[in-house]
Amino acid sequence: MKAAVLVFPGSNCDRDLAVALREAGCDVEMVWHKQTELPSGVDMVGVPGGFSFGDYLRCGAIAARSPIVKALRSHVDRGGYAIGICNGFQVLTESGMLPGALLRNAGLKYICKSVPLHVATSDSVFTCGYESGSQITVPIAHHDGNYTAAPDTLAQLVAEDRVAFTYGDNPNGSDKDIAGVLSQNRRVLGMMPHPERASDSAHGGTDGARLFANLITELSVA
Amino acid sequence: MQDPAITPELIIAHGINDTEYSEILKILLREPTFTELGIFSAMWNEHCSYKSSKLHLKKLPTTGPQVICGPGENAGIVDIGDGQALVFKMESHNHPSYIEPYQGAATGVGGILRDVFTMGARPVAAMNSLSFGDKDHPKTRQLVHGVVEGIGGYGNAFGVPTVGGELRFHPAYNGNCLVNAFAAGLADVDGIFYSAASGVGRPVVYLGAKTGRDGVGGATMASAEFDETIEEKRPTVQVGDPFTEKRLMEATLELMQTGAVVSIQDMGAAGLTCSAVEMGDKGGLGIRLDLERVPQREANMTAYEMMLSESQERMLMVLDPAHEDAARAVFDKWDLDFAIVGETIAEDRFLIVLNGEVKADLPLSTLASSAPEYDRPWIPTPQATPMQDLPQVDPIDALRILLESPNYSARNWVFDQYDSMVMADTVKGPGHSAGLIRVHGTQKHLAFTSDVTPRYVRANPVEGGKQAVAEAYRNLCAQGARPLASTDNLNFGNPEKPEIMGQFVGALDGIGQACIALDMPIVSGNVSLYNETDGQPILPTPTIGAVGLIDAEGTAILGHASEGDMAVLIGETKGHLGQSALAYEVFNREDGDAPTVDLQAEALHGQFIRNNSEWISACTDLSDGGLALAAFEMAAAAGVGVQLDSENTPELFGEDQARYLIACSFDTAEYLMTAASQAGVPIACVGRFSGKTVRMGRSEALLAELSAQHAGALANHFA
Repeated sequence: MKAAVLVFPGSNCDRDLAVALREAGCDVEMVWHKQTELPSGVDMVGVPGGFSFGDYLRCGAIAARSPIVKALRSHVDRGGYAIGICNGFQVLTESGMLPGALLRNAGLKYICKSVPLHVATSDSVFTCGYESGSQITVPIAHHDGNYTAAPDTLAQLVAEDRVAFTYGDNPNGSDKDIAGVLSQNRRVLGMMPHPERASDSAHGGTDGARLFANLITELSVA
Repeated sequence: MQDPAITPELIIAHGINDTEYSEILKILLREPTFTELGIFSAMWNEHCSYKSSKLHLKKLPTTGPQVICGPGENAGIVDIGDGQALVFKMESHNHPSYIEPYQGAATGVGGILRDVFTMGARPVAAMNSLSFGDKDHPKTRQLVHGVVEGIGGYGNAFGVPTVGGELRFHPAYNGNCLVNAFAAGLADVDGIFYSAASGVGRPVVYLGAKTGRDGVGGATMASAEFDETIEEKRPTVQVGDPFTEKRLMEATLELMQTGAVVSIQDMGAAGLTCSAVEMGDKGGLGIRLDLERVPQREANMTAYEMMLSESQERMLMVLDPAHEDAARAVFDKWDLDFAIVGETIAEDRFLIVLNGEVKADLPLSTLASSAPEYDRPWIPTPQATPMQDLPQVDPIDALRILLESPNYSARNWVFDQYDSMVMADTVKGPGHSAGLIRVHGTQKHLAFTSDVTPRYVRANPVEGGKQAVAEAYRNLCAQGARPLASTDNLNFGNPEKPEIMGQFVGALDGIGQACIALDMPIVSGNVSLYNETDGQPILPTPTIGAVGLIDAEGTAILGHASEGDMAVLIGETKGHLGQSALAYEVFNREDGDAPTVDLQAEALHGQFIRNNSEWISACTDLSDGGLALAAFEMAAAAGVGVQLDSENTPELFGEDQARYLIACSFDTAEYLMTAASQAGVPIACVGRFSGKTVRMGRSEALLAELSAQHAGALANHFA
């Protein structure tokens, strides 16, 4: 399986995501934001965490309009897989590939700590390795992770079983405790927590590694 | 625009005294121009010239087989094996942070990161040591919020994990908070870059962000005492842009791969002036700058403003012209300015030209080397009178007061605002004896700590100086790490007062002795003087930042205490309560002497911990709050209670040095007892980790209850 990890100026979890994907057995190519096409044969695109374009204007807003995100949109429109983590999730909502928006944390402070998450659905290539309803521990690190969406959008996400993860102890004020959501075709995942920071025993937990391991197993079979 | 005439008022406003001005006249044999006066003031202020401290700094140990580069460059460098090097330094940003907390702290972080990546190292860890005034002082809350957000705002966006630090409160910092920022980076031993220029006629290149009027005169401001006019100094504080810094770092590291860099220097205090003079002086060359070529953010900037601007995220480099195109391409890729602004010249001149007009023409080497050096009068700090007896106190009551105090409560409310995990190599983040990271892609680990106990230093500068180093040493050993080297950030009051200078000289004596005995040479550092407001000095605060290595064969101590583990105390307990946390927090007393530091015992006990690291589940050093606080913290981290046999106040809360608390199994405890007695290390079993309570003799409380108080206290006060 082959993945592309996008790199924007200000991305700072690009290497971490690439390491976690490679550890799980994936070929990874780093792709600069000024490129207009993804490398050929890419099965999945990772949009990493960080502060793309300094988070100026709004988090993810400038990156969402960069050349490589046009290519990402074509990939997604063709039914390609993508995962956006933290700032990557913000890029995906800013570009309209996922619904909703991420506001400033309710407490107005940046929060970095390991938090309990509930796996809200196991019906996706990202979450099928977890039991639905099970609790995992994954770090968060963000200033703007307060997920919000219009009431009918939220209702639709729930009705279509597209909430991927919820917080056990809502740290940022997100609607319905939402920590991650799936696209309608269930092939695009956006999440604020950082599974790549819980993918090695040295991190003190490996709950995030299972996401990458299962993703790669599923996509390699497909 | 006409430059102002040089008047006595103008000279004084530049922080230059009569003697210093006569010296300038002697060097130039004429009156300086306005721009030249600014350049002298930038080079000769305390912050840049170390004029009060240099004499004493020379006495510090700075060498050792592990040292690749000692003080004098942007940062110090030590060898960590396998062709890899660790580049690190600590630097203060005290005055700017007090005036404008968010930007002051943010640019402090930015400055220290630049010092590290300028040398070719990718920053991998940051720490910060913060000292604020009384928690109830009206200014404290705003400073704490602003400084912590500023550190997070810059470091988090840049993408360096903050893995450690300190946070203290004391009324002596009411008018003068301290923000000491540490950064460390990894480089290849054969990929280190220095600042000395070489080769005549080579282009001098300006890299990074554009120059604005921010920070003009910042270094001079940082070298003055504060008074009621402080608000007027806000415009001297720079504004940070971590996004530009991140790009500048990536671009600089890429640029270094092209072979284009002959020498490179970041623009920190006194910006273009300091960086250009340093590069020229170290290389024995002159420098010519044509200022109209400097990328400018604002219109109509004068030579004076450009030479003194402290705009952030800028670098100066001497380029190998053969690689100009490749170098330019790197900066185009990252959308950063790349401008040739001058050249190296053979004559010993610092020639500043703006639109063809000579604005400054100074002898460069003299400018660099002729900064005044003072042997300021000092008087030794008088011997402290011994402490009077403390009243009896129930140990749990005393512990509870410590746990809820701003100085000893859990730091999560602050540390959670820092990204401690980016780069995905953090093994232990802040809140431990030391932060611990993996060296990316290897089995090696690096440990980081910063320490000082200012109350000790005030009572006894020599022992207090030793203690700062000894505590750093212990914090590294408690991780299983071999201490390698240190960086010192020396924060003191006005050096023109003999008693303050006496504190400085005494502390340096102690630091020097300890660094020699514990083989932790000082490889970089920074001095911050004039930390006074309306004549009130801060507590003398020589912060020691230290690094340790666990190589591939070593064992990091990563575990927690388990139910049934023995609580084993290493080191001798005499029950020293002078200047202790107990005396200060519980009885509001700051009397008595600092504890004595036995450097031989420190070395011996530290080595014992390291030699036995594979047997030890958990280990912490004993410092403020003594055995009681250390045992509680170890219990709270593990979620397992602790039962201590003693209920004797000095035994529980005494702050004798060279001590560690270990959690280990009964069998290991027996083994350690034998090993310790063979090694001549005092060892004692003082209790057991067990149950759901913290018990000291007959006094007892639920661990969960104490933990909740400990965890919530800081947020309750500041959130």
